[in-house]
This record gives sequence, structure tokens and C-alpha cells, in this order.
Amino acid sequence: MARSDVQLMLDVKAGDEQSFALLLHRYRSPLVNFLYRMVRNREQAEDLAQEVFLRVYRAREDYVPSAKFTTWLFRIATNLALNSVRDNRYQRMEISLDAPVTADAEDGGEKTMDVAEKHPNIEQHLIEKARSKMIRHAIEKLPEKQRAAVLLHKYQELDYGEISKILQCSESALKSLLFRAYETLRVELAPLVAQQLKQ
Amino acid sequence: MSCARMEGKILGYVDGRLKESERLEVEKHLGSCAACRLRANEFRAVSGLLDELPVIEPSAAFDLRVHARVAAEPVKQSWWAWFAPSPRVAFAASMLLLATVWLGLRPPDSSLSATDIDKINQDMPVLENYDVISDFAPLTELPPPLQADESTQQNQQM
Repeated sequence: MARSDVQLMLDVKAGDEQSFALLLHRYRSPLVNFLYRMVRNREQAEDLAQEVFLRVYRAREDYVPSAKFTTWLFRIATNLALNSVRDNRYQRMEISLDAPVTADAEDGGEKTMDVAEKHPNIEQHLIEKARSKMIRHAIEKLPEKQRAAVLLHKYQELDYGEISKILQCSESALKSLLFRAYETLRVELAPLVAQQLKQ
Repeated sequence: MSCARMEGKILGYVDGRLKESERLEVEKHLGSCAACRLRANEFRAVSGLLDELPVIEPSAAFDLRVHARVAAEPVKQSWWAWFAPSPRVAFAASMLLLATVWLGLRPPDSSLSATDIDKINQDMPVLENYDVISDFAPLTELPPPLQADESTQQNQQM
């Protein structure tokens, strides 16, 4: 039976390096994806994810399982991401998500890279590419706190209580934040939403 | 339920995160409010579109980099480790201690015997007088002492 996150973290605290490796394996992908969608730069997302794991490791001796491990983990990640976005340090180095596919992206195995293989029809491929681009842009245009709320809610499937602790706001404030974010997305993605509703 | 209250419930309804009682309440409102019904459907469509975002995998070197950074972390010492001296300090302190002990246990200078010391003590008044006389300023102004043959000649002349 798989050990819980809290148990693994307590084992790390006791000096078990293997448990840290298990936590790393468990959360590397969710963290990198969350940070990638927050900062919009793959390299920076990986740097930040490494920093998150390093901070978890550094804090092992003081770790007290007072909250869910994921709440703690994503709180560190969200704070780093928000600081990084606000800091604007990486803006000059930023690689647009619209940039042509690079070897770096291929290494990462983005699903969109396989679209051409899945759809030999070039027209279909271009339509899907444009659709994907539109969705990414709509998320990127959200204010960073709304973006974080949407990403944590939609992709990490954390409950409202956890997300409100991560974003340090009340549950009602979080619901309002999410409602505004979805309203914005609904407007930004209106053509796609209309298509969805017709289907 | 009013349309304003729906704001806090509609997303939970779309994602199926509401309690049974809340869900029934929302559905009752949606049955009578076309605007909220449309919004719920549009939010569901948005949620479906977000599922289309690509998922990336961390690079192959990601784990290695994390482990390398963890390995580079300084080892934490317990608070009492502060008292443990460094090897250099310990060496210097032990050498100082040895030198102190050696000097303490060293026998007194044996070049003078007890008899010699007694003799020096006996001669001390004479030596003190000599010091006084040798440094006595009026004596330096006296004419130099006469030699024995010179004094004999002087006596014969007289």
C-alpha cells in the first residue's frame, strides 16, 4: 500500500532520502505543469519546481503535518510563481508559447506536438492548433491570482478549502475569484464556447 | 435562490462539487432562469475547453537536478555541535595545555646549589655597599689613588 504524502514527509524528516525521491516522483509533473501554465516558460517552470522541492527538503526538520501536504506544496509553488510573474525578471527571456516547436518542447512531450501525426489532414491540424492557441492565450490573459485559482481548481482538483489556504483568501473570495475568471474565459473563448454548445 | 447567489454555486455545480442539497437548490433555480441556465452551460463548455490544454513532462534531467541541489545542501548540525571545537582549535588548545603543564612540572634551575645561594645571601651587604660606593658621585671627584712607589718617594722628600 502506497504511503500517504504526510507519511512520506515524516519519513523524510526522519532522514529517509528515498521517501523524498518518492515525493519528487509523485509531484514533479503536476508541479511543473502548474508552474508552466503560470509563468508561460518551460525552463523557468522547471527552475521554480526545483526550488519548490528544495524548499520542501530544507523545511523537513520543522515539518508538522498540520495541513494537507498538497496545500503546503502548492502554496510554496504559488508564492514562487506569483513572485516570479510580478517580478518580471524573466520577461525578456520569455519564450512565447506561440513560438515554433523546438527540440526542447519535443523533449517535454507536449501533446500538441503529436497532433500532426494524429491528424494527417493539414486543415484539421491547423484548426486544432489555432484552437489550442486561443485557449492558452485566454488563460494567459487572466490576472495572475485568477489564473492560479483556475489552475489549482481545474488541473490539481484541489477543493475550495485547500485553494483558499494556498491563495490566502476566504472561500467566498475564492468563489468570487473563480466566477470572474470563468466569466472572462467565457467571453474570451466565446467562438469556441458557441461551437461546444452546438455539439 | 437568486441569480446573485448563483455566482458562488454555479462553478461548483458544473464541476459536481456541490452537496446534494445545494445541487437540488441550484437545479431548481436553473429550471426557472434561462440566463443562469445558459451561463451554466457556457461554464461547462469553458471547463471542457480547458481540458484541451497540453500537458508537458518534466525534462529528463529534472530529477537529477533536484537531487544534485539537495545533495549540495549543507548538513544541519544539532545545537550542541556548536560546542565541538574545530580540529585546528583543538590542536592549538592541547599544545598550549601541554606547554603549561611542562613549564609547571619543570625543576628549578639546578646550576646554583643551596650552598652557593647561602654564600650569595651572606655577601649581599658587601655587594650592596660596593654598589653604593661605586656609584657615589663625590668619590669620582677625588684625585686618583697614588701608587706604592710614588708614596714612598713623597715620604723621603718630606
